[in-house]
Amino acid sequence: MTAIEVDGLVKTFGDTVALDRLDLTVHTGEVHGFLGPNGAGKSTTIRVLLGLLRKDSGRATLLGGDPWRDAVALHRRLAYVPGDVNLWPNLTGGEAIDLLGTLRGGLAEHRRRELVDLFDLDPGKRMRTYSKGNRQKVALISAFASDVELYVLDEPTSGLDPLMEAVFQDCVRDLRDAGRTVLLSSHILAEVEKLCDRVSIIRSGRTVESGSLTDLRHLTRTSISVETAAPPDGLAGLAGVHDVAVDGHRARLEVETERLPDVHRHLAGLGVRSLTSTPPTLEELFLRHYGDQPAGAR
Amino acid sequence: MSMTATGVLARLAVRRDRVRLTVWLLALAALVGSTASAIEGLYATPAAVAENAAIRASSVVARAFTGPATGGNVGALAVAEALVFTCVLAALMNVLTVVRHTRQNEELGRAELTGSTAVGRHAGLAAALLVAAVADVLLAGVCAVALLANGLPVAGSIAAGAAIGASGLAFAGITAVAAQVAEGARAAIGLASAALGLAYLLRAVGDATGETGPDGMTVTAAWPSWLSPIGWAQRFEPYGDQRWWPLALFGLFTAATLGLAGWLSAHRDVGTGMMPVRRGRTRATRSLRTPFGLAWRLQRGTLLGWLVGVAVFGLAFGGIGDQVDDLFGSEQSAELMRQLGGGGSLVDAYFAAMMGLMGVVVAGYTLQALLRLRGDETGGPAEIVLATAVSRTRWLVAHVLVALAGTVLVLFALGLGTGLAYGVVAGDLTAAVGDLLVTTVAQLAPTLVLAGFVVAVFGLVPRAAVALAWAAFAVCLVVGQFGALLELPEPLIDVSPFSHLPDLPAQALTAGPVAAMAGLSVLLLALGAVGYRRRNLTLH
Ligand SMILES: Nc1ncnc2c1ncn2[C@@H]1O[C@H](COP(=O)(O)OP(=O)(O)O)[C@@H](O)[C@H]1O
Ligand SMILES: [Mg+2]
Repeated sequence: MTAIEVDGLVKTFGDTVALDRLDLTVHTGEVHGFLGPNGAGKSTTIRVLLGLLRKDSGRATLLGGDPWRDAVALHRRLAYVPGDVNLWPNLTGGEAIDLLGTLRGGLAEHRRRELVDLFDLDPGKRMRTYSKGNRQKVALISAFASDVELYVLDEPTSGLDPLMEAVFQDCVRDLRDAGRTVLLSSHILAEVEKLCDRVSIIRSGRTVESGSLTDLRHLTRTSISVETAAPPDGLAGLAGVHDVAVDGHRARLEVETERLPDVHRHLAGLGVRSLTSTPPTLEELFLRHYGDQPAGAR
Repeated sequence: MSMTATGVLARLAVRRDRVRLTVWLLALAALVGSTASAIEGLYATPAAVAENAAIRASSVVARAFTGPATGGNVGALAVAEALVFTCVLAALMNVLTVVRHTRQNEELGRAELTGSTAVGRHAGLAAALLVAAVADVLLAGVCAVALLANGLPVAGSIAAGAAIGASGLAFAGITAVAAQVAEGARAAIGLASAALGLAYLLRAVGDATGETGPDGMTVTAAWPSWLSPIGWAQRFEPYGDQRWWPLALFGLFTAATLGLAGWLSAHRDVGTGMMPVRRGRTRATRSLRTPFGLAWRLQRGTLLGWLVGVAVFGLAFGGIGDQVDDLFGSEQSAELMRQLGGGGSLVDAYFAAMMGLMGVVVAGYTLQALLRLRGDETGGPAEIVLATAVSRTRWLVAHVLVALAGTVLVLFALGLGTGLAYGVVAGDLTAAVGDLLVTTVAQLAPTLVLAGFVVAVFGLVPRAAVALAWAAFAVCLVVGQFGALLELPEPLIDVSPFSHLPDLPAQALTAGPVAAMAGLSVLLLALGAVGYRRRNLTLH
């Protein structure tokens, strides 16, 4: 089953091509990371999926329906947290939570109480007086307290402090354990790494990679720091090894993750005394996609 | 120490406000100047001037509303017409300026930023007051010049300017205190505005219950006027007895408020007031949880303000209904009234003109309420709401219904207020209330057309909707209401739907135009709804 199926989606705003044949597949029950730098088209994709924007061409299916035609029926089955939460300045946070939840089709009462405590929100204050983070908490509480199939979260943690980010991560894990589907857009790599089963990486409105984190490791390099019994010669000659720095019996090097087995075998022959290796992060993955090829980058 | 860097902050404030304050100053000077020139045109002979001054003194409503004249000359009439109103506006300018550079700065986090640099703790307040004071001095100057330009005497014009500037400054002081006490910027504006309303009311009571002088033109105000800075401003009596001692009173009062504000400022933290923050409900009531309930909740505060406003206006203008023949009896003004309000008796023409004009003004409320839809779309909650199970049609209908229901209420309050007051002074309550209710509620028909236009542009060309809506409103107001006066060609005047309503109550209401307008508005509303359902949301 797929919760979201996007195929060759195109969306332009005047001269700006926001989505340029974008593809995205989100399976039911997974937490899917939707990664891309600012302006890549994440919010635009999400808004097309929510029927807020009309697509120019391509195919988009959400929970088996047409996001534009079946908008209202589909919206009963999902909860959305936008990147910029701007609600009603005169309403209190508590009122906004209830209102949004009810408009969506109802709130789980005990869950609402629990979440207000967890996120440490004062629901009696007017939205006007809330900081960005608190406004985000209002939208998150109302979404997480809604018992729906799909949660669409557009950069939901940009205003949260680290403690609240941890609460947020727990909430997303709970959803995954309960078999719910989550689409989490982000440019914060650590968050996606911690939470997501699969990721899609987009750039300039086009999908550049998608798969599980393990699938994507072929694009990344592992950093290795090693101390060997014999002098660590011949490392630079190995295929897939970069940036070798040797200092006596110590060496630091970058290895294409696919080539790790060859390098390990070579190092074993030298007699490893100590070895630390840093696993690839999405940060590097991004660097290779955007930093390494500045042409065309905005 | 505590005032360090006041100069820098004041310069920053002036830079941010140079356009705003310039517009305020020029608009107020234009108001004063154009009033003087209108009075000069309307009352050409000394006899007409004296007569008008006497009518102002004899009408309790006129005394309460604008205050009496200070003598039987053109300048005194101009002051009677414009001074109180200009003082209120000058006070508002000060309220908004002082709050903007104190609590609003704090709320937006700007004060925290500047506060962490080498800025004294009272510097923000001092800078705001400095800017306000400079603006008030300039205001006194431009108002005096505007009066002088109409050929009025020098000393009187300077006194009138001083009265306006001084009352403005007094409210800068009041706002400085309010800004220390209130829980936030909006509350500070509310508190200072309440003080302004009270000041207006006190002097209204003072003028209304005052004693008419032996000349029958001047009035000695009763004691409540002495409790009001606007009352003090009137005591300058420009073009009348001309006194300067109110300046000392203003000086003392302003110094006292500044001292109090400074003391309070030393005893509070940045970003908080002295009054505890009012907490609201932690849960939404059942009635709030629908698009309709939400639209009502968002609209009701504004609506209440409009209801009170038009009711007071109606009471005042209905209350002088029996004096219309005296007030507008001269050949010129009767002619003017007929041009604005159509044929029939002078009283009917007066009500037709007033209620016709107010019909368009009330449509301003309708527009304001409808354009909330647009405000909610750009950087507002529409994005998240329309991602819930609320359809666009339902969202649109809720807002339109609440806006139109509010309009009906406002028109009803206007007719009821005017009818009641006129019925009491004319001695026939049922007929007056009935006639005026029909007159005002009939304005709903052209208002619906304008509302339909707004919804249509919102649905079809959202980015231009706000500008087009207010442009249409301006056309209705200027071309439609004053077109005959400006001798504009008939087809142009007919662009305004308000021109197609018969001149009630002078003429009878006919079904034809009302039905045509209703039909057109339904068409426009439907067009807007279809456009809105089919288009992209424009969220920026
Ligand atoms: N309403 C709009 N009008 C014009 N351009 C837009 C609009 N919305 C988005 N864009 C453009 O489309 C591109 C993608 O934006 P967006 O989807 O917001 O990116 P992201 O959410 O990944 O940061 C950007 O270049 C942005 O400027
Ligand atoms: Mg975005």
